[in-house]
Amino acid sequence: MVQVTLRVNGKEAELDLPGRALLIHALRDHLRLTGSHIGCDTSQCGACTVHVDGKAIKSCAMLAAEADGCEVTTIEGLGSDAALHPMQEAFRQHHGLQCGYCTPGMIMLALDMVARHGQLDEPTVREELDGNLCRCTGYQNIVSAILAGADAMAHV
Amino acid sequence: MYAFDYLRPDRIEDASALLAEHPEASLLAGGQTMLPVLRARLAAPSHVISLGGIAALKGVTLADERLVIGAAQTHAQVASDPQVLALLPSVAALAGGIGDVQVRHRGTIGGSVANNDPAACYPAALLALGARIITTQRVIEADAFFTGMFATALKAGEIITAVSFPRCDRAHYEKFRNPASRFALVGVCVASLPEGSRIAVTGAGFGVFRWHAGEACLDAGGTGNDLADVPLDADCFTGDLHGSADYRMHMTRIIAARAFAALGR
Ligand SMILES: Cc1cc2nc3c(=O)[nH]c(=O)nc-3n(C[C@H](O)[C@H](O)[C@H](O)COP(=O)(O)OP(=O)(O)OC[C@H]3O[C@@H](n4cnc5c(N)ncnc54)[C@H](O)[C@@H]3O)c2cc1C
Ligand code: FES
Ligand code: FES
Repeated sequence: MVQVTLRVNGKEAELDLPGRALLIHALRDHLRLTGSHIGCDTSQCGACTVHVDGKAIKSCAMLAAEADGCEVTTIEGLGSDAALHPMQEAFRQHHGLQCGYCTPGMIMLALDMVARHGQLDEPTVREELDGNLCRCTGYQNIVSAILAGADAMAHV
Repeated sequence: MYAFDYLRPDRIEDASALLAEHPEASLLAGGQTMLPVLRARLAAPSHVISLGGIAALKGVTLADERLVIGAAQTHAQVASDPQVLALLPSVAALAGGIGDVQVRHRGTIGGSVANNDPAACYPAALLALGARIITTQRVIEADAFFTGMFATALKAGEIITAVSFPRCDRAHYEKFRNPASRFALVGVCVASLPEGSRIAVTGAGFGVFRWHAGEACLDAGGTGNDLADVPLDADCFTGDLHGSADYRMHMTRIIAARAFAALGR
């Protein structure tokens, strides 16, 4: 077992985990943060995307132990039921989801794009959506939502 | 995933000692290959030795006119590193085109080079640019390093600490992406070095290789279009569900011509 200390959505968490525990399992099974999803076993779908020290990563492809001492942000760390984060609100407004399975990963990736580029344009969004798959929307509305969300974030 | 013990040394010497102590152990860098492999139970190491805590494997330095990139530099770090962008723009661009945003945040140059996936990007640049792989035991020329599919000259217990490149602004890596996996269906790196042209091909078969006849064509004053008639060694190419060997040979010429056209652009 390994002792893993994380700061998840601003709260300290101390976990005693097997060495092989993945970050996604630490979040979902041990901290009951089930917003991040598992959509594949090939590290290709991005449904498990969370931020570790501010960077979007696939939490199915990172051992929990590797995140020891790190700051982790999941979809649960954004906004609240009463006031959605501007990026969440943009997904709602632009119908950027259907079943919603891919959405937490899409939003965490979108926030990473905003953090790196600030203002976004459509080619950048399409190129950087590369690691996130959606089986429902056909992406068009996800792209619109991310552009609108980035815009809204620039104006708050 | 099979169970293993997780170890996290903070010095290279400690990682080497742990490897020597546990012959069934595996190193872990960014995990972007390792974790899918472990999850699929394709490997069952007794111990996983993380390189993530070793500061000495990080960073980029300029030494004797060569750019030395630490093994633990992530693809995202290499893509945005000011020194790499200035002195080795083709390598920065290559790193920025590996996988996707999330993979680039974790995957490292050392892991990619050690893994030598037959469709990986970095091996093409290392081979075309005449890079050197620096390990805990020696320095290995790229020409002697990539020995076959997922095979390298690394010995048991040997750890890559850095990769050193000559500075070069006349090189370009052109990748013809497999749209599903984002790996190279064919990728070609063309470099124009003081000693002549070098062309390395990845994704086409069992592992990265140099196209010597293509290099001779360029050195004789040929251009990308002339490469269309230069022979390729059919033994270097394989077919799979993504494309036949013939298709890959055809694409190699086209992608090489594109890479050549982009030189010095
Ligand atoms: C969705 C997806 C898309 C990808 N697309 C591409 C692509 O387009 N092009 C591309 O080139 N790659 C691609 N990759 C692979 C990616 O680049 C990996 O990061 C890389 O192959 C391995 O690097 P790593 O740091 O993650 O190594 P790890 O997965 O941690 O390790 C890989 C292997 O190298 C060994 N190793 C690691 N570090 C060292 C060291 N310093 N010394 C000795 N041995 C070491 C490990 O023991 C292991 O056997 C993709 C991966 C994914 C998941
Ligand atoms: S579950 Fe992580 S990429 Fe699919
Ligand atoms: S909304 Fe269903 S997978 Fe994207």
